Amino acid sequence: MTEEEEIKKQTLEILESRSRERGKLIPILQDIQAKFGYLPREAMLETANFLDIPESEVYSVATFYNQFRFVPPGKHQVKACLGTACQIKGGRIIIEAWQRELGIKVGETTTDREFGLERVACVGCCAMAPVTVVDEQVEGKVSPTRVKGILLAFDLAKQKTSKKVKKAKSS
Amino acid sequence: MEKIKLTIDGVPIRAKQGEKVLFAALDAGIYIPNLCAISGVRPHAGCRLCFVEIEGRPQPVTACTEEVAEGAIVHTDGPRIRRLQRTALELLLASHPIECKTCPANKHCELQNIASFLKVNLNTKRFRKKLRDLPVDDSHPDIILDPNMCVVCSKCIWACVEQRGIGALNYAFRGDRTIISAFGGDRLVDTRCDGCGLCAEVCPVGAISKNVKKST
Repeated sequence: MTEEEEIKKQTLEILESRSRERGKLIPILQDIQAKFGYLPREAMLETANFLDIPESEVYSVATFYNQFRFVPPGKHQVKACLGTACQIKGGRIIIEAWQRELGIKVGETTTDREFGLERVACVGCCAMAPVTVVDEQVEGKVSPTRVKGILLAFDLAKQKTSKKVKKAKSS
Repeated sequence: MEKIKLTIDGVPIRAKQGEKVLFAALDAGIYIPNLCAISGVRPHAGCRLCFVEIEGRPQPVTACTEEVAEGAIVHTDGPRIRRLQRTALELLLASHPIECKTCPANKHCELQNIASFLKVNLNTKRFRKKLRDLPVDDSHPDIILDPNMCVVCSKCIWACVEQRGIGALNYAFRGDRTIISAFGGDRLVDTRCDGCGLCAEVCPVGAISKNVKKST
């Protein structure tokens, strides 16, 4: 089964128990995102078909809300804060640094699906501004150099595990 | 049916019950700037251009949402109204490329008409220019969609969804990033658009136009 067919099958399973009311669109999209971590194209098309509304309407509703995403999340999710305090403390410079280092824009995922970058509005520890949350780890007083450092740490950790795997395989 | 009598700019007017002030005025030959209103259709009230003042009401109101009322005295001119209208127009112009010479809507463009009516320079500098630089979709043999020109009046959505029941187009995104788009940002040629051209006919500006080059 191709990835697309798999998505279609799983979407139909979600839709099965649903009523075909137009007003159910958002809860359905939320369930789809909970399942896949994003809204796959195939899933949105199936939803439009199920509710008998134009696919453009599903896209319109989905793009309106910040909670919906259209690319798969990365293995590590980087959430750079642009709340008021982080904004003042140069949050934009940090976001630019992430974009530059990862080679992606906000809302995108690197091609190897290792890192996803998103912008959040206040994570609740403004004294540490500018803040970035990587997976569940809160990084405070982030600088562009720190951004490089965090990525380097991930690189090293990855090399270690791959060495371990190699060792385990050879022994 | 009983007609409602009201006064607009000192002119006595008779209008159908339930008629909106905007269309009562337009039918009587009194112009009120507007971009998004369609007669007989639930008002979108998004362009914020059709403000009028009604005696007894503390604030200006949008004429497209206001039903005619017996004995109402309406003014379509005045400093408060003009200020609101000019600001709304200048905000629209701040994200609208002024490339009239190459624009398919040149000389029959509502933005040009309204700017000249309100005496606003198309190249107004009041607000910082914020252009969007989005790709133009000229894939379709009959329709060209240039989202950069869009004033988000929603008339094309009404045409495609409500009039034709097709729904190739709808809004996408929100706030100042709102655009008219097909599903997933697809090209129009890959949608169920049948090229009827109603969206191009209702578009008040040059955002959707008939594809002249390819159809000739």
